[in-house]
Amino acid sequence: MGRYVIRRLLQFIPTVLGTMFLLHYITSLAIQFSGNPVRALFGDRTPPPALLQAITERLGYGDPCLDRRGDPCLWRAAEGGGGWLGTGYEPGLFFDRLSGVFFHFDFGVNLRERAVTDLVADAIPFTFKLLLIAIVFEAVVGIAAGVWAGLRGGSFADNLVKISTVFIISVPIFVLGVVVREFVGVKFGNVLRGQDWIPDLISVGVFTPGFKPDYPFASLIIPGMVLGAVSLATTARLTRTSIMENIRADYVRTAKAKGLTNKRVIGVHTLRNSLIPVITFLGVDIGAAMAGAVVTETIFNVPGIGRLVTMSARTGESSVVIGVVTMLVLVVLLANLLVDLLYAVLDPRIRYE
Amino acid sequence: MSSDVNVKLDALPGADPNALPLQVKDLHVEFRTRNGIAHAVNGVSFDLRAGETRAILGESGCGKSVTAQAIMGILDSPPGFVTGGEILYRGVDLLKLPESERRKVRANRIAMIFQDALSALNPVFTVGFQLAELFRKHRGMSRQDAKARAVELLDLVKIPAAKQRVNDYPHQFSGGMRQRVMIAMALALDPEVLIADEPTTALDVTVQAQIMALLAELQRERNMGLVLITHDMGVVADVADRISVMYAGRVIEEAGVNDIYASPAHPYTKGLLESIPRLDLKGQELSAIKGLPPALTNIPPGCAFNPRCRYAQEVCRKDPAPPLYQVSPSRTAACHFWKEVKGDE
Repeated sequence: MGRYVIRRLLQFIPTVLGTMFLLHYITSLAIQFSGNPVRALFGDRTPPPALLQAITERLGYGDPCLDRRGDPCLWRAAEGGGGWLGTGYEPGLFFDRLSGVFFHFDFGVNLRERAVTDLVADAIPFTFKLLLIAIVFEAVVGIAAGVWAGLRGGSFADNLVKISTVFIISVPIFVLGVVVREFVGVKFGNVLRGQDWIPDLISVGVFTPGFKPDYPFASLIIPGMVLGAVSLATTARLTRTSIMENIRADYVRTAKAKGLTNKRVIGVHTLRNSLIPVITFLGVDIGAAMAGAVVTETIFNVPGIGRLVTMSARTGESSVVIGVVTMLVLVVLLANLLVDLLYAVLDPRIRYE
Repeated sequence: MSSDVNVKLDALPGADPNALPLQVKDLHVEFRTRNGIAHAVNGVSFDLRAGETRAILGESGCGKSVTAQAIMGILDSPPGFVTGGEILYRGVDLLKLPESERRKVRANRIAMIFQDALSALNPVFTVGFQLAELFRKHRGMSRQDAKARAVELLDLVKIPAAKQRVNDYPHQFSGGMRQRVMIAMALALDPEVLIADEPTTALDVTVQAQIMALLAELQRERNMGLVLITHDMGVVADVADRISVMYAGRVIEEAGVNDIYASPAHPYTKGLLESIPRLDLKGQELSAIKGLPPALTNIPPGCAFNPRCRYAQEVCRKDPAPPLYQVSPSRTAACHFWKEVKGDE
């Protein structure tokens, strides 16, 4: 078990390095092809070259490799010859970034010179709340719908769940999000806001087209449900199949033969086994939901991690993109590891060597 | 058994303690599937006395397991339905009981052992939990008392180091040990009837013998009726008192164990006996019953065995199916030509 965890943790290293290089290369290419992001600070005005040069250096975009299209910025010519092992080159921008992150916990700054770590610290509570709402929503509603359908295979309930889940799965989250914002947040919300007897918490807070700082939890409910919707459909499907499979299992027949009540046969013996794949899916889904949060937060204007990534990708702030996405990668990797460990707890037949 | 917590059940309302512990009369079960109705059990009848072992013998798909599940009331329904007959426990027709009463008969009065103990035990609960559950839910015991009883039960079925093993999961036991756990589970509440559905099929031969010996011993101690469902004629010969041979959902021969082995009165039984390898016939080709059993959705008219029968004549191919002829005061056979079959020996 301990050795298994260590082996898994070691596997994080190539994954994280690979992700970081990919992010580094993509953001470098963006700068190489579309120009210095620092110029955005000056809007339409043309800055004095010396000032622009100074700011660019300070924000970490001064490396000459960023002017050479296609250069992966791995090595740079060493000043005064020599360099690394006498090759005349020394580690370049990529390695600077790595050492910043891993040796100084320095993820760089954005264009306004705020540390990426501060930006993340400000944004992450919103994303966590959003994820919590999404996961709770998909777990509770998804499992309930799946059990309901699975116990009545072929019935109206089963078909209803099957058809509605296919419908949800086939609609991409950015379409669903925009549609929900337009019809539930704006149109239906306007109807509610026209009624005096409905408290503001509901009409202004919950049914809102976007995040409202006055209602930091209520206004995240609908974005959270949109975020959880697609995985909810998958959860319901998975639960349904799993229940239908287990309800015919021999040990369920044994449980019936033991004279247990139907409630106990289903609720303890069938459900405990049926939920093993569902819970593992929900765990892995935390990672997928993070990706979904990028879209949902942008649509609903939630000041979380996802919107931070979208914004900085637009302005070309590579250090923010690299820093935030690297942190997300670590969270996803850890979540996956925890799920694998949880799997052994749920199913005693699983042992990690 | 510690008797301080051993609450004896009240008699089932209407039950006659002098009536037979189990009587099945003209049981019919069908499965309504998309491909038509499968007539799995077509008028099965048998009696079981206290302490008696009744073997139900037949090949796969002849309806023996379905009969057992119908007695327990654990048919998958739909598609399975009991469409006729009576299942009497001490004179009470279980089929007429409401589910809440029927449930209390299971495990308390009639218990069942299944074929493959690995899949029949819940993989995610310890065997202790699965045993203790019976005492907790049927006898209202505390977790601790129930666990203590679980250990006693494992001792009873001769599982070494019961106190430690009670916390193990089913997959941590060997095949034979798992079947012992199943037996412990079935005997937990002291039932009067035990139905064993192919209890040794998944085990190797030496373990089979141990399990059958254990079952026989426990049955003797408790004067329990045993319905032994099997396709293994060797197992039957050792332990059974009476045998019902089933074919295509019917009992086609019913007799004491010695009568059947000495002189079968139905061609199917005869065919089964001839297909047992025998040392004294070494070097000769083993005879087999030609053909396959009929699909239960399409049972041939007349005697269901007629397409495979060397005695079959015109009368066998026409409905109605042959009735159970009284071969002797204590045995019956459903063959028009039982005299020829029997005398042919």
